[in-house]
Amino acid sequence: MGGFAKFGNDLYTGARSFAFVGNRRIWYIIAAVMIIASVVGPAIRGGFVFGIEFRGGSEFQVSEIANLDDDLIANQDLATATVEDVVADASPRVTTVGNDGLRVQTEQLTNDETSAVADALAEAFDVPPTQVTASFIGPSWGADITTSAIRALVVFLVLAAIVMALYFRTWKMSVAAIISLVHDVIITAGVYGILGFEITPSAVIGFLTILGYSLYDTVVVFDKIRENTTEDGDNSTRTFAESVNLAVNQTLVRSINTGVVAALPVGAILFIGAAVLGAGTLRDIALSLFIGILIGTYSTIFVAAPIYSQLRENEPDILKRTKRLLATREKAGTPAVVATSEPAN
Amino acid sequence: MARTTPVKKAWRSLAWLAVLIAALIGINGAGVAWADWSWTPKLALDLEGGTQIILEAQLEDGQTVSGEQLAQAVSIIRQRVDASGVSEAEITTQGDRNVVVSIPGTPDDATLQRIQSSAKLEFRPVLRTEAATTAAVGDDGATATATPTPTDSASPSLESTPTASPTNASDESWITPALADQYTNFDCAQLDAEGANVAPADEPLVTCDSTGTSKFILGPTEVAGSTISDATSGLVMNSQGVSTGAWGVNIVFDSTGTEQFTDVTTRLYGYGVGVVQNQFAIVLDGRVISAPSTNAIITDGKPQISGSFTQEEAKTLADQLKFGALPIGFEVQSSEVISATLGSSQLQSGLIAGLIGLILVFIYSFFQYRLLGMVTVASLVVAAVITYFVLVIMSWREGYRLSLAGVAGVIVAIGFTADSFIVYFERIRDELRDGRALVSAVEAGWKRALRTVVAAKGINLLSAVVLFILAVGNVRGFALTLGVTTIIDVIVVVLFTHPVLQLLATNKFFSSGHKATGLDPNGLGAVYRGRAQFRTPTLVGAKSGAGKEALRRQTIAERKAAERAGTSTDSNVDGKDS
Repeated sequence: MGGFAKFGNDLYTGARSFAFVGNRRIWYIIAAVMIIASVVGPAIRGGFVFGIEFRGGSEFQVSEIANLDDDLIANQDLATATVEDVVADASPRVTTVGNDGLRVQTEQLTNDETSAVADALAEAFDVPPTQVTASFIGPSWGADITTSAIRALVVFLVLAAIVMALYFRTWKMSVAAIISLVHDVIITAGVYGILGFEITPSAVIGFLTILGYSLYDTVVVFDKIRENTTEDGDNSTRTFAESVNLAVNQTLVRSINTGVVAALPVGAILFIGAAVLGAGTLRDIALSLFIGILIGTYSTIFVAAPIYSQLRENEPDILKRTKRLLATREKAGTPAVVATSEPAN
Repeated sequence: MARTTPVKKAWRSLAWLAVLIAALIGINGAGVAWADWSWTPKLALDLEGGTQIILEAQLEDGQTVSGEQLAQAVSIIRQRVDASGVSEAEITTQGDRNVVVSIPGTPDDATLQRIQSSAKLEFRPVLRTEAATTAAVGDDGATATATPTPTDSASPSLESTPTASPTNASDESWITPALADQYTNFDCAQLDAEGANVAPADEPLVTCDSTGTSKFILGPTEVAGSTISDATSGLVMNSQGVSTGAWGVNIVFDSTGTEQFTDVTTRLYGYGVGVVQNQFAIVLDGRVISAPSTNAIITDGKPQISGSFTQEEAKTLADQLKFGALPIGFEVQSSEVISATLGSSQLQSGLIAGLIGLILVFIYSFFQYRLLGMVTVASLVVAAVITYFVLVIMSWREGYRLSLAGVAGVIVAIGFTADSFIVYFERIRDELRDGRALVSAVEAGWKRALRTVVAAKGINLLSAVVLFILAVGNVRGFALTLGVTTIIDVIVVVLFTHPVLQLLATNKFFSSGHKATGLDPNGLGAVYRGRAQFRTPTLVGAKSGAGKEALRRQTIAERKAAERAGTSTDSNVDGKDS
């Protein structure tokens, strides 16, 4: 336990404190920069890379290959090389189908290119041309899933906002949580766009799961904030901002631990996925989740809590208390500690 | 020593948990013993392999199908597949005239039939009908053609153009000698053969009803099935609005259909009841599914078909009418079975990834929480057992199939489940830091943690439910897995983790606050020094932030004492034991 628990103690008592609320301008600037980068970055790169299910594309299926290599990678390399010999920028994706079949997905090709690629594949895998079927996939499934994903996103946001407002008995927590959630989704998507990861239906599943996780994390921290700010009451020696900041510090160890624990299994999928499987459902889900969990944990602390504090600080009661406290402190000559929150004018 | 209340409660919770697990295993065992279950969940297409069917739109030359029509066809086929209880079927369009249906496992004949019969629905007038001959032509009966258009007649030498131009769809002039010959030789068994009857809409059709008991010559299509906007089954009412107890099917046509149906019934009703031409046939995929006679001229586009239907038959017919209304006819172009080799290697990798994730979580928990980490491990194992049996039972009862996305959901759930333990442990530590003894820290920590966990998990569950209801394809499998594990997580925390901690709190080793317990009060900076020792009242100042916090923790009596002693918040007395 040692160091980390001691660290936790200090955070709990306030012996050690990070000014999450106090330095919020810095965090807002960081958030703004990241959001702008997430919007501009993918645009500079030329937009998001969508999987074949979204953009449509050509698909080749080679069946009954007699001498198919046992090694998946070798087959992939051969197929990729074959396709790229014919059409340089076809960006083929190869999967094995059964024991003796291969599926190659490419960009949508012209008719001439399609027959050329089919012939090349037949030659490369030593099968009669009749065993290579060529077809192309319409983008309608991707459109289907996009429509329902967006619908699910909107409905969830509305419902979650209502549920949180009811649970916390203040809409301001809801607003702060939703803002940080939107922040998470934009940045996760941005990371995808900037690094050029392919957006597949599986990645979309990951995105949607982030919604639940990000809010889960925020609710846990907000629960502690509510507890602190309610318990402190009028006789508190802390300003509202300081109460919020203390709560965030007190839950910091928990935030780190839950974040790490949530990310570990996802990281394991990612590692196995990247090392063994190549692209696929597991890797795609894990990738967006992994990014989302890290950002979701970060944003609760650095975005959601400061925003909530800011939303409440200007309420007349709280403002009055803050002024009174600061005045008392000044009189007593107590140096302001814990969190320096600029009293709102 | 008499058992204290928390201990009693703890044992009661654990007993309930045992009952729950025993019940799950019992249900599963009963399923294996008496129903057709097994001890493993059914797998989806991507893990098990499965059947992929490519349907091709049947178009006449020069006709094209719009993307919109194809999309409508996909949604109709999806409804049908879903209605047959197959989950995670993936239905996509391919190219500009194909629909691909991917079904996990090897679907039964009924399901296949339902998907394949997704052809066009049409209303044709009956020209001639009789009981089907049962004379089997034998195995070589295939020589009798299954494409009974007049141009492809069994006896091409016979005249296949009408002698007189037919004046309407019910005109007997449609029956050419060739058609009559085909009708005579038509064997209803051929209907089950590949390529069911598809005659052009403006030509007559020879066919049988779906049970193979009657055969028909039908006139050209007069009303297309796509004009049906709804069809329902229900009890037939008489003119007084009183139920007659008989089942019927109610159809609602759109405006085009209403107009056409008015014309048809006007003409057919004119033939008089009892005449063959009074009947019209509802043809689905070239097969007559119903051939009612016309009792009235129906002008409002809301006909009712009544007869000696059972409730089941009425519902089936209504479904056929509603879902059968595809804008275009489809034919199975290819149907292939996808091998499970790739799936099983993916499943294997998934399981390995899960195992690695689990071990990492274990290691991290031990590092952070020492022996409490053991509670995490045990809780996760309990959660895993419950999850497994719930998934197996759902797989057999609700048609759930474990897909790769579902596997990912389960693995992700490992971390999400351990989350709630961490929230709880941290709460206990907070209470210990506040100076409580272990037993009361566990109780107080639980009260606060439970509220947090339930609220947070509620949000998680909400997202899973919304995803499940609104999303398509394998998103649903993932959402379902995540939702189920979220509920199980809460159950495990309540019925296992908390009771175990209640019991451990009374354990000597744990309450001694040994370093290895993860609840060492010294390490946590608690003011108590174990159960038997008391904290000396301290006067603390606000030299540091810690002082402030300690100030908050002073009892009222202590605070008053401090005030009497004249100390104020800025006193420099450091009351902390060094």
